[in-house]
Amino acid sequence: MFSASDLKKGLKIEIDNAPWVITEFEFCKPGKGTALYRCRMKNMITGIGMEKTYRPTDKIDEPDVAEREMDYSYFDGHNYVFSDPNTYEEMTVAPEVLGDKIYFLIENSTCQFTLYKGEPIDITLPTFIEKVIAETEPGVRGDTATNVTKSAKIDNGYEIQVPLFINVGDTVRIDTRTGQYAERIAKA
Amino acid sequence: MSSNRLLENLALRSAMLRAMRDFFYSHGFIETETAVRIAAPAPEEYIEAVTSGRRFLRTSPELEMKRLLADGMKRIFQIGSCFRSGEYGSRHREEFTMLEFYASGLDYLELAALTGDLLAETTRSALGKTEIKWKARHCDMSRTSFITVEEAFRKYAGVDAFEADRDDSFDEIMVTKVEPNLGKEHPEFLIDYPARRASLSRLSKKDTRIACRWELYALGMELANAFWELTDAAEQRARFRESAAFRLKSGMNEYPEPTAFLEALDRGLPDSSGCALGVDRLAMLLCGAEDIGEVRFE
Repeated sequence: MFSASDLKKGLKIEIDNAPWVITEFEFCKPGKGTALYRCRMKNMITGIGMEKTYRPTDKIDEPDVAEREMDYSYFDGHNYVFSDPNTYEEMTVAPEVLGDKIYFLIENSTCQFTLYKGEPIDITLPTFIEKVIAETEPGVRGDTATNVTKSAKIDNGYEIQVPLFINVGDTVRIDTRTGQYAERIAKA
Repeated sequence: MSSNRLLENLALRSAMLRAMRDFFYSHGFIETETAVRIAAPAPEEYIEAVTSGRRFLRTSPELEMKRLLADGMKRIFQIGSCFRSGEYGSRHREEFTMLEFYASGLDYLELAALTGDLLAETTRSALGKTEIKWKARHCDMSRTSFITVEEAFRKYAGVDAFEADRDDSFDEIMVTKVEPNLGKEHPEFLIDYPARRASLSRLSKKDTRIACRWELYALGMELANAFWELTDAAEQRARFRESAAFRLKSGMNEYPEPTAFLEALDRGLPDSSGCALGVDRLAMLLCGAEDIGEVRFE
């Protein structure tokens, strides 16, 4: 149980059986009036935002949210299987939870799980991964400008925008937070 | 924030303080310094004092300055630190600086006119102009206007202020709907509070549902609170008892009765009005600062 004075930016709370994280917080006190805690928050599952104002006497539920490190293991044909690096306990994650992140899963890479009541609701992959370009138009020699881009595909079919000088077989670094090209690591 | 920026803000704050003092000296006010550690703060329903040994750090210099009025001083001001437990935010600190001033013989609207002049002259002297810019919005500090609490609640929230007061939604509506709309182009006085929120102000003779009190806003920022002071000792004792009972029920600190102040009221407080203005908040507006920490050396 939290009391209103515990509220701050980043605090995770529970409202009506859903986990919320506070994204903006302001302590208010109108002249001679009661203290009020104004919060803007985001639903940790749906991403929906809302505003809510608490009074000093309000009690707020604490959500069963936990962080846990898991290594990506394999795809079982339907779901993605991760395992605990110490206990080898496995956890199966549906593709919907991962979204586009399924394209950036690399075997044995360590991922940060956010669990709500034991179920994964958010998975953070290593920030950068390296992938080989499988498909793109031939590179333009000498053009090192990065502001002009073309389409390319990596081995699993995911499409990204890359600079013109990138060729098939080049290894590139991708930012998993944005899903965008970051830099070239090695030439073919 | 860079330390250079803080030093610049502190210099501007100094110019502001100097301008305030100049204003009061030129209007016949005497600067006073009253005790910071006091025996008994006013029992307010939502303000908790910080304890200091067997005494309390003042939450405002109000009771002491009113004793000076009762003793015969006519126009007084004070600039100094005040302390309120548990208040912390971009516009709040547990330790902050208050400007408090009292003028005998002025009603609360006359005091508003004086306060408007204070804002205009202070801004002009500190900034060299009366237009301020805060959070990408402009405000002309050279003029002011009035809006009643009733009108403001109707206009910005579509509700009756007296009803909101009765059903306990007043503060929340004030913070979320009303305050952000006040003082959009120039400072605005929000006047005539529901009687239950009179605090230490007198009730209107024409309409006893209303307290002769105002708050001053600029760009949604609350800058000052003022009362046409309650001088009726019996009424003041009754209100203190009510507040003390509320505090007890809310689990707040128990204070001794402020006897020196109540005795001064018995002797007779002259007809007067008084205002408390948040110096840090005005400094924030003049410096373009979004947090009190940018205008105070903490």
